[in-house]
Amino acid sequence: MFKKISREHVIFFGGALVVFLLIQLGISLGIVINDFWSTILRIGAVMAIVSLGLNLIYGFNGQFSLGQWGFYALGAYTAADITYRWYNDQSALGLTIVFLGVIMVGVAILYLRTVLSRIRGLDALSAFTVYFAATLILGIVAFYAGRALDAPVSSILITLPDAVSMQIVFILAVLVAALFAAEVSFLFGLPVLMLGSDYFGIATLGFTIIVKVLLDNSDTMLGFEEMKGARGMIGIPKITSWFWVFLALILVVVIMRNLLHSSYGRAIIAVREDEIAAKAMGVDVAEYKILTFVIGSLFAGLAGGLYAHINGFLHPNTFNFIKSFDPMIIIVLGGLGSMTGTLAASFTWAILLEGVLRLVLPQGFELWRYVVYPLILLLIMLLRPKGIFGDYEMPYLRQLLPPLRKKEPEPVEQAQSKLSEAAQ
Amino acid sequence: MNATKTQTPALFTTIIQKRLLGKGFLVVVALLALWKLTASFMAGPTVFLQQVINGFQLGFVYALIALGYTMVYGIVRLINFAHGDVFMVGAFVSYYAIARLELNTWPARVIPGLPNWLSLGIGVITVILISMVVCAFLAFTIERIAYKPLRDAPRISALITAIGVSFFLEYFGALPFVFTPNFVTYVRPFQVVNWVITPQGVSPLAPGQAPPDNSVIFSNISLVIIVTSLLLLMVLNYIVQRTRIGKAMRASAYDKPTARLMGINVDGVISVTFAIGASLAGAAGVLYATAFPQVYFVMGIIPGLKAFVAAVLGGIGSIPGALVGALIMGEAEVLSAAYISTPMRDAVAFSILVLVLLVRPTGIFGEPSREKA
Repeated sequence: MFKKISREHVIFFGGALVVFLLIQLGISLGIVINDFWSTILRIGAVMAIVSLGLNLIYGFNGQFSLGQWGFYALGAYTAADITYRWYNDQSALGLTIVFLGVIMVGVAILYLRTVLSRIRGLDALSAFTVYFAATLILGIVAFYAGRALDAPVSSILITLPDAVSMQIVFILAVLVAALFAAEVSFLFGLPVLMLGSDYFGIATLGFTIIVKVLLDNSDTMLGFEEMKGARGMIGIPKITSWFWVFLALILVVVIMRNLLHSSYGRAIIAVREDEIAAKAMGVDVAEYKILTFVIGSLFAGLAGGLYAHINGFLHPNTFNFIKSFDPMIIIVLGGLGSMTGTLAASFTWAILLEGVLRLVLPQGFELWRYVVYPLILLLIMLLRPKGIFGDYEMPYLRQLLPPLRKKEPEPVEQAQSKLSEAAQ
Repeated sequence: MNATKTQTPALFTTIIQKRLLGKGFLVVVALLALWKLTASFMAGPTVFLQQVINGFQLGFVYALIALGYTMVYGIVRLINFAHGDVFMVGAFVSYYAIARLELNTWPARVIPGLPNWLSLGIGVITVILISMVVCAFLAFTIERIAYKPLRDAPRISALITAIGVSFFLEYFGALPFVFTPNFVTYVRPFQVVNWVITPQGVSPLAPGQAPPDNSVIFSNISLVIIVTSLLLLMVLNYIVQRTRIGKAMRASAYDKPTARLMGINVDGVISVTFAIGASLAGAAGVLYATAFPQVYFVMGIIPGLKAFVAAVLGGIGSIPGALVGALIMGEAEVLSAAYISTPMRDAVAFSILVLVLLVRPTGIFGEPSREKA
């Protein structure tokens, strides 16, 4: 299975293990890292997962998406609803319905893709209609099947010890939430990815806004009473431990690294560099765009599921679209197309903005926080537009990639600048 | 599905070739919307008309903001997120001009005995002009400090910078000694006068009096908004179509390097574009605050986004497009708030954007894209 275990592997996984153990030790013994800092670190890891997903979509595939935060919100609320029902009512209703729905829709999408790809000349909107219809039908089926399965599944789960069943429900909930976000992103991405780059950005921003509006009215319009709409959802079990976030983060990094180092990854990057050239080389551009969008959103959903169980409290304002710029800012500061930069920037963001600034600075400074923050952003953009890390990668993640496309001065501009030099 | 392998039936091929499935989906959505609109109209024609008037009022404000977006995006291809906050600054400036300096009635104080309507008219125009000038200077400064150094950087840098400027304007404005972090009740520059339009005719409505049944109320706010917006639109259209700077703008939007070779000072043109767009946003801020008398430091975000959506909907770079797109946005927002549900109005707005772009990828009035696909 392993062809060879190189030095980079040892350094990366060994380093990860050491970091994990050190922080876990700190948390368990209560030295240096108290509850506050442990929360900050977990939020940093969650942010890293969201931002890695966005970096995959924007940094590596070049699709300007502002929808990451919406998928994050979907993942958070889906997972929270599932665990909430188990934690408070000992009911597996949420789990069975979402699990069945996600699995059935997922299988249907995969099957329909093989069928539809054989039909020549099928346009994306027609394909979307087929997927949409299938999702609607299967969603209804899953709803009733899930209700029927609720009692037997609950009775099996209840026989297990409380902690074990809670962990099982939690893990399943987070995975199912991630898949749910991925499937929504597939359905949403099919028509929307046809729009141009900036229009895609605005449409995805619209998605984030719509999700936020739905969450604000989740108790009245959607009928999820436990989500309590704009009052915020409480009573979610706080079971995201440092172990789970760290494991998820490492998994995401490894999956993303392996994806990017494969032929898929090269195709994804080719789409970013030049769509027409990629098409000429036989890369199915539309296919790779939707693939990266779905994987990126999957990461967002996963992160959302983990985030929901950190504080045990969710509020729609957390998923305000203004915050959706946070992962965008993180990946740009860290460096587009640099996983190392994203990781570093996420933890810096969490530790500095969420941690240090809140603790160290006096009370009145809270107001100034968002005055200073954009100023730092502006300065970095003006002084170092490629981000702090540029396209640097740590050895394990490094690959002989083409560098990020630089804007060559257009011939006319070159000629003009020469002319103006000559004139002077 | 075996049919695809063996022999494809004619009907099946037609469906695929003519893209009937996708078109059918769009038609179903359009029919649903049309049905909803007709049903709402039948349920109460006067209420519906009232909403349409409210929608126009909102749409014209959006149009003024959308013009700034469409001009700036047309030239520098930058979604200027700070534009909505310039709009907010315009609203606050007019608030101070009216509530603190009482500039809306200055002619009456300077020349006693001036008719009230003339004094108010000149005063309101002064307030709008002050907001426009302040906003123009603000945008000019922003452009010079934040955007100009990044002209040749990747587009995302400029975009992130725009987001940064937007945050800065909001939260700098939220500081207690600048504007304020609280909601501020706006002082309208003139008294509201309502007219009742019934089949019998138009009659003024006394304050506090309930409007009769089956009537539509039209206020002087709507009138001022529509007239001011149309005037500014005509001025803008004149500037863009008939003047040298307008010609330079169009040339720069079309092809920047060539425009530069033709001796156009492209950087100057871009600055002027930002300033003109911002002055329109400033005027929009005054009008918006007059219609919805409350100002707040993040009030600009959602109208700004809506206006950008309107600009995209109408076709980036097109002035009539921005107007039409903005009117559609205004109507969609008001009608969906009235007949679907208030929170869903943003969802409706963005759904319309996606649907229109699927049918016409460059917007309603947009020219077919000259760039690579």
